[in-house]
Amino acid sequence: MKLGLIDWTIMGLYFAFVLGIGFALRRYMKTTTDFFQSGRAIPAWVAGLAFISANLGAQEVMGMAASGAKYGVMTSHFYWIGAIPAMAFLAVFMMPFYYGSRARSVPEYLKLRFDEKTRGLNAVTFALMTVLSSGISMYAMGLLLNLLLGWSFDVSIWLCALIVLLYITMGGLTSAIYNEVLQFFMIVFGFLPLVLLGLHDVGGWSGLQAGLAMVASSHGYAPGAWSQSWAHLGSPADNPMGVEWFGMAMGLGFVLSFGYWCTDFLTVQRAMAANSMSAARRAPLIAAFPKMLFPFLVILPGMIAIVLHQRAVSGGFALPVKADGSLNYDLTIPMMLSHYLPQGMLGVGLTALLASFMAGMAGNVTAFNTVFTYDIYQAYIRREAADAHYLWVGRVATVGGIAASMAAAYLATRFNNIMDMLQLVFAFVNAPLFATFLLGMFWKRTTGHAAFSGLILGTLAAAAHHGLTLPAGSVSGIKGGWLGLVHHYPSEMAQNFWTAIWAWSTSFISTLLISLATRPRPESELRGLVYSLTERTVVAAGEPWWRRPAVLACVVLALTVALNLVFR
Amino acid sequence: MQLDIRKPVGLFFALVGLLLVLWGVLGDHAMYARSAGININLWWGLVMTAFGALLLWLARR
Repeated sequence: MKLGLIDWTIMGLYFAFVLGIGFALRRYMKTTTDFFQSGRAIPAWVAGLAFISANLGAQEVMGMAASGAKYGVMTSHFYWIGAIPAMAFLAVFMMPFYYGSRARSVPEYLKLRFDEKTRGLNAVTFALMTVLSSGISMYAMGLLLNLLLGWSFDVSIWLCALIVLLYITMGGLTSAIYNEVLQFFMIVFGFLPLVLLGLHDVGGWSGLQAGLAMVASSHGYAPGAWSQSWAHLGSPADNPMGVEWFGMAMGLGFVLSFGYWCTDFLTVQRAMAANSMSAARRAPLIAAFPKMLFPFLVILPGMIAIVLHQRAVSGGFALPVKADGSLNYDLTIPMMLSHYLPQGMLGVGLTALLASFMAGMAGNVTAFNTVFTYDIYQAYIRREAADAHYLWVGRVATVGGIAASMAAAYLATRFNNIMDMLQLVFAFVNAPLFATFLLGMFWKRTTGHAAFSGLILGTLAAAAHHGLTLPAGSVSGIKGGWLGLVHHYPSEMAQNFWTAIWAWSTSFISTLLISLATRPRPESELRGLVYSLTERTVVAAGEPWWRRPAVLACVVLALTVALNLVFR
Repeated sequence: MQLDIRKPVGLFFALVGLLLVLWGVLGDHAMYARSAGININLWWGLVMTAFGALLLWLARR
């Protein structure tokens, strides 16, 4: 990929603005509320765009394009059933507790609702996980920049870490949120021309469909397997993902999606920074509109790429091949960028990619420093101190978090297996979370002992299920089967979905049973934390429909159903 | 909020858009063979400039 002066200028301008925003915000960061919660003063639309952008890291963008090439339109399930319903549920039913309880973080809500040990467990695992995922995305960025631009791995990592460090220590969460908004628009403006040029190239939607039918047939599936999202979910053998509708709907659409969108502090933190209860509830719904359209921006390029690759005109577009002869789907987006965009637009596209790497890292770092300061340092290390002290700790935690991420990135270059294993362990820890929150928020009888044991048992169930099953074509080890073998799944994705379903069910049932056997907290302590003991948030009379969360949620869900029907 | 986000974002896109327009007019047109013969820098630059200007206008209002 050859960059010209114009491309470097655009990239430089972007970095200047990122740092400039951090610098401009520096003088407003006077208290911990400013630094960790943006002073709870962010307008709904900004919180909404940051909410969606915090999830739109570069690995997400490149991974979704890769899935688009591998699985076709079915990938959009990760958006349409794997995100939108959970975002609507968070907005309408859960935000009132997160925002209304005045908790400063998700772990702190667990402390208020249950007890110290449940908070501690969640805070420590969350802190470790954010540092690790930011390290892994740093690692991926270092490899990619090395491949595309020939930058050395060290330079990419240190430069990126330094920029993120500067703008977060200066501007805190507000800095991260503002840069996420900038990144959101960068992604849209950088990738949209790619999609338009690509569609033009393959002959529009009908040309794409015809091409995808060829791709599907060449893999031995029905012609519509790459261009229909629901028609081939009857049996795992009918679609390239190797999953069936129940595992998809329950595993992805319910357990994984609600577990991520409704409990992950990384995204929830953005909505919690909103300037009012109404804005906090609208933020995830405002985010849902671009989210439901993202498949056209990030999955479509992958589908276009596989069709072009299949046609294999000499001198045309082709996907790179890995050492073992398989296609390297992960490079779809960078290859498309360099294939279609001339110097100038290429700079915009590449900066968009770089922006999403950095914003993803900044998102993790801001979630980490908040949880570390409030839920670990203030909870267990130094309880009573002046606010200025905690602000200082927050800045130190930012430096520490970035240093730990860099260490993880370097570790990943040496021990790739350790990283895979840690991610697996964290997936086990996360799987049962939504059962705990669901029971905690909607059943006042749920006790702290039950929540804590439910989380542990759910995690164990996830590990056991993974240890006893194996996807087709894999050997025992990191892919599963390390405890023995009782079941084979048609694909790794099916195994993931069912691991989640088992973890969630175990956690739900055990939390329920243990709650009945232990003593609940008095109702007076649970006001504002549990549905039946909290006054309903009443929307002021005369508010237009687009400012009413419930109405907005119905619109969002109706549009999602319509999209599913169009691409069924 | 203390700093209106629409100002820096609007300014950024207006600047990048103008740069692209300039490059689309002055740059070598042979490079547009890859983008189906379309001068994508010029046209998309105009779109980005308009978007930046819209944000700046909204922030001033």
